[in-house]
Amino acid sequence: MKVTGALAVLKALEQEGVEVIFGIPGGASMPLYDPLVDASPIRHILCRHEQGAGHAAEGYAWATGKVGVCMATSGPGGTNLVTPIADAKMDSVPIVAITGQVPTPVVGNDAFQEADITGITMPITKHNFLVKDPALIAETVREAFHIASTGRPGPVLIDLPKDVLLAETTWSWPDRVNLPGYKPTTKGNQRQVGEAVKLILAAKQPVLYVGGGVIKANATQELATLATTGRLPVVTTLMARGAFPDSHELCLGMPGMHGNYTAVTSLQKADLLIALGTRFDDRVTGKLAAFAPNAKIIHVDIDPAEIGKNRAVDVPIVGDCKDVITKMAAELEARQSEHGVPDRSAWLNQLEDWQRRFPYRYEQKPDGPIKPQYCVERLRSFADDDTIVVAGVGQHQMYASQFWRFEHPRHWINSGGLGTMGFAVPAAMGAKVGQPGKRVVAIDGDGCFQMTAQELATSNTEKIPFVTAILNNGYLGMVRQWQELFFDERYSGVYLNPDVPDYVKLAEAYGAVGLRAESPEEVDAVIEKAYSVEDRSVVIDFRVDPKEMVFPMVPAGASNDDIILGPESATPTTDPAEAPIV
Amino acid sequence: MSNGNGTLHTISVLVEDKPGVLTRIAGLFSARGFNIDSLAVGPTETDGLSRMTIVINVESKPLEQVTKQLNKLINVIKILEHEAGSAVERELMLVKVRASGDDRARVMEIAEVFRVNIVDVTASTLTLEATGKPEKLEALLSLLQDFGVVELSRTGRIALGRGDRGIRERVLKAAND
Repeated sequence: MKVTGALAVLKALEQEGVEVIFGIPGGASMPLYDPLVDASPIRHILCRHEQGAGHAAEGYAWATGKVGVCMATSGPGGTNLVTPIADAKMDSVPIVAITGQVPTPVVGNDAFQEADITGITMPITKHNFLVKDPALIAETVREAFHIASTGRPGPVLIDLPKDVLLAETTWSWPDRVNLPGYKPTTKGNQRQVGEAVKLILAAKQPVLYVGGGVIKANATQELATLATTGRLPVVTTLMARGAFPDSHELCLGMPGMHGNYTAVTSLQKADLLIALGTRFDDRVTGKLAAFAPNAKIIHVDIDPAEIGKNRAVDVPIVGDCKDVITKMAAELEARQSEHGVPDRSAWLNQLEDWQRRFPYRYEQKPDGPIKPQYCVERLRSFADDDTIVVAGVGQHQMYASQFWRFEHPRHWINSGGLGTMGFAVPAAMGAKVGQPGKRVVAIDGDGCFQMTAQELATSNTEKIPFVTAILNNGYLGMVRQWQELFFDERYSGVYLNPDVPDYVKLAEAYGAVGLRAESPEEVDAVIEKAYSVEDRSVVIDFRVDPKEMVFPMVPAGASNDDIILGPESATPTTDPAEAPIV
Repeated sequence: MSNGNGTLHTISVLVEDKPGVLTRIAGLFSARGFNIDSLAVGPTETDGLSRMTIVINVESKPLEQVTKQLNKLINVIKILEHEAGSAVERELMLVKVRASGDDRARVMEIAEVFRVNIVDVTASTLTLEATGKPEKLEALLSLLQDFGVVELSRTGRIALGRGDRGIRERVLKAAND
């Protein structure tokens, strides 16, 4: 069957099960848009900015576990995808980005809208391709999806020159991928699993340190089995919120820079960390040399390069979390059936005591300004467990992770590693496309919101309704918090103005419903109203206390032992030279 | 190996001969903060595969991270770290040295001792072609410095493991676990 290169691309995407593409057309990518008229069943969602298209593809991938697809033209179209691609690389999100390129005869000639996008994205993709022969399109797409979705997932870019898209080729779908240099190890070594179980049985103060890899491996059931079998307490990192239910008695919640006291301190005092699909990131470990000083380490990861990268490991296990955790739970159960579950009641009682004494806290005065934490708690209380929550980066992200109670995996979506402002609105839109039956709530900051708010136009044009709750404090709040604590309250470049833009009017201009709450007693009514709207997106402008700060806090570069529980114990550093680095 | 402080390592990397593969490898080194001392690329016994010999100056980061990160590149087929003495390592050097008057005979004498070829002659210079172990080239070069080196070009080191097996049969020590 003779097809154009462009049709070959779309047929290949169809073969890969792609249902939706988020994109914006342009000169070089126009051939890809022609078959979308009548020759391809794939839905194209026209975004308003390529960054929005990229984050939407990410949100779709987070929410579904499938590969998200975004598409842009050459030059600026591709460069606008750079941020979401880098974001997907850092958070191991499987997306395929398709870009048009100037025709091959003028590649390298500084042609109109030319940018070397494969060169630009080399360090931020898992792999990328420049396809110069239309006969290679089908196998390239197949390889791209295979690479994006297997092993440690990540972004893959395919760059397609216009003449290659226009050229005729013979359609054929390869029956397998040929990637001799790519063979991820998925099966964990049974002997290493045995060594790990020995350590678990001997441990008096073990903690399961769970990262996003457990969700990516769809291993949350297996995790629950392992935790309950061994009576092992669980911390879930920012990337793993929902991997283990917050309501479970063994769940300690989020560790790290803004984690709760119990989660942070459990890692510090543990004699064994069972690290699953996690990478000992600096936001979790604090000062690395002082992190979990007494703990032996079992480290399970599908990426061998993560094992031993930051912390020396006692039992390394390369493999897919689902496979390894299954084996670990089975081996543990078998060993315990002989000797019983070790008695660790002292440790579990200690953890429970900390949880009781040091919960997340804030004070909402009835006549005071609205506290952002209160908004999150109220948004949660009116929502069911099946609600998907999306955040960008900053204070709002931390409040959302701290105060939302997660019960299921793939119900928390945020920009973890790269910390991308503007992630939430387009990612929420992508999540809603992937999970149309679920309510999606973006909890956003006013700074973040303004970076990608234009996708509200997409959401209301394409009928993709979701709720955006702006915790509007009129500041770049996290930077403001650091200036207050570490720069002697010298505020610089952080004031945004809570009144400009008028978020209610802006929402209405985009065809969304705009709501506002200015005092605590208005909060519930506004949330109820927002959740009652089904046919279009809603934006809530919560006017929150600009002075509120995120606690607990482990200052950057400090030991987790030096956790600051609240503003009363924060000791500002006045010497700029002493100010911690980010 | 050659500078005596133990921070130079030689690795052979078998890669698919695809566009951009050199950029991917060079980019990985700079992005991850590793220093390349030398890098030599060429075709291999198998069509479609190239072989790179990379000499790495490992200072703060362990060699293990280099090999693990390289191994993650899709186009990298195999990596082999050559332990000291386990490989034949050679380099080619072209050096143009000042050699007029009495110096000419002395340079030619050195060339003979080191068994290197003289490949170009002018009234005032000689160009020497030398191959050998890196140590030999260093020794030759230090002798020639006295006469004045006009120009120097080196290929960078290439290496093959000793013994009867090829790289494809060897197991990378560091990258798997």
